[in-house]
Amino acid sequence: MARKNRAFPEINQSSLADIAFMLLIFFLVTTTMDVDSGIYRKLPAWINDEQEPPKIKRRNTFIVLINKNNDLAINGEFAQVSELKNRVKEFILNPNDAQDLSEREDRFVEGIGDVKRSKGVVSLQNDRGTDYGAYIMVQNELVAAFNEMRNDFSFRQFGLKFDALSEEKQEMVREAIPTSISEAEPVEI
Amino acid sequence: MAKFERKGKMKGVPPISTASLPDIVFMLLFFFMVSTTMKETSINVKIRLPEATETIKLEKKSLVSYIYVGAPLMQYQATLGTLSKIQLDDKFSEVSDIGDYIAAEREKRDEKERPKMTVSLKADEKTKMGLIQDIKLELRKASALKLNYSSRKRLTNSKYN
Repeated sequence: MARKNRAFPEINQSSLADIAFMLLIFFLVTTTMDVDSGIYRKLPAWINDEQEPPKIKRRNTFIVLINKNNDLAINGEFAQVSELKNRVKEFILNPNDAQDLSEREDRFVEGIGDVKRSKGVVSLQNDRGTDYGAYIMVQNELVAAFNEMRNDFSFRQFGLKFDALSEEKQEMVREAIPTSISEAEPVEI
Repeated sequence: MAKFERKGKMKGVPPISTASLPDIVFMLLFFFMVSTTMKETSINVKIRLPEATETIKLEKKSLVSYIYVGAPLMQYQATLGTLSKIQLDDKFSEVSDIGDYIAAEREKRDEKERPKMTVSLKADEKTKMGLIQDIKLELRKASALKLNYSSRKRLTNSKYN
């Protein structure tokens, strides 16, 4: 029995490593590791027939313009991208009920109760010659402003950051502070 | 004593066993197989993504369709010029092709997964907004409303603060 065992040669395993290396290199070359990330926005639905744009009061609009030289204007005056976020927050929250900032209406949100919800709309308009990079920079600041407001609100209501909330609570916060960024052109009255 | 020395000289340093090398390599292999995804298309346009802080990760890659926008690579510039072009799948396309592309992408997915489809717009930061606006209009017409402006993650807002 022992002699028989010795007669059967062991399979040489040294090439297994080479095969595995080959597979490894194949996967290294054909795959990508980068995580896709970006600013998430929802586009408004396409309405085929001519519809009258919603009428919004002047004080409830916050007009952000980017011209073809990538200059920024807020409500018709030149501005810096760095001040945009705080200007948007001030406009939406309107803590001192200023007459030239957005109106706030009482709204009942299920699970939270009455909240003061802003009627303000941020209108983002750009030229066809604007750089995409500049547009994203502005878009990013606008989204950042809304994210910060939601975070503050979540913290006051639930003691947690927005991302840490459950799905239902996130929905409540979203209802209290909707992302009202419009890329269509609201008509002033 | 003499016997002991002689024995040592004959054997020398024992060879290192390579029996566990395949195991190590397989471990690496499995790591890469699990943590990566297959490259699906080769990108024929030059893209330098804009930077942003408020980025969201795209969770399900199978539900994402890509639109690439940028100047064609060197080898295509002789025929296509240096102006920004749209790339869908593997070929250069026009704005009017987007509707068909979205319809085809939708057809590939399960019926119940279709509402969750997202479009990832990978555009060069030097692209003019005119083209992007045309794309957005086409997407709205095709009712592909979930749009992700693909961008690189900037960790802090240090550019302004």
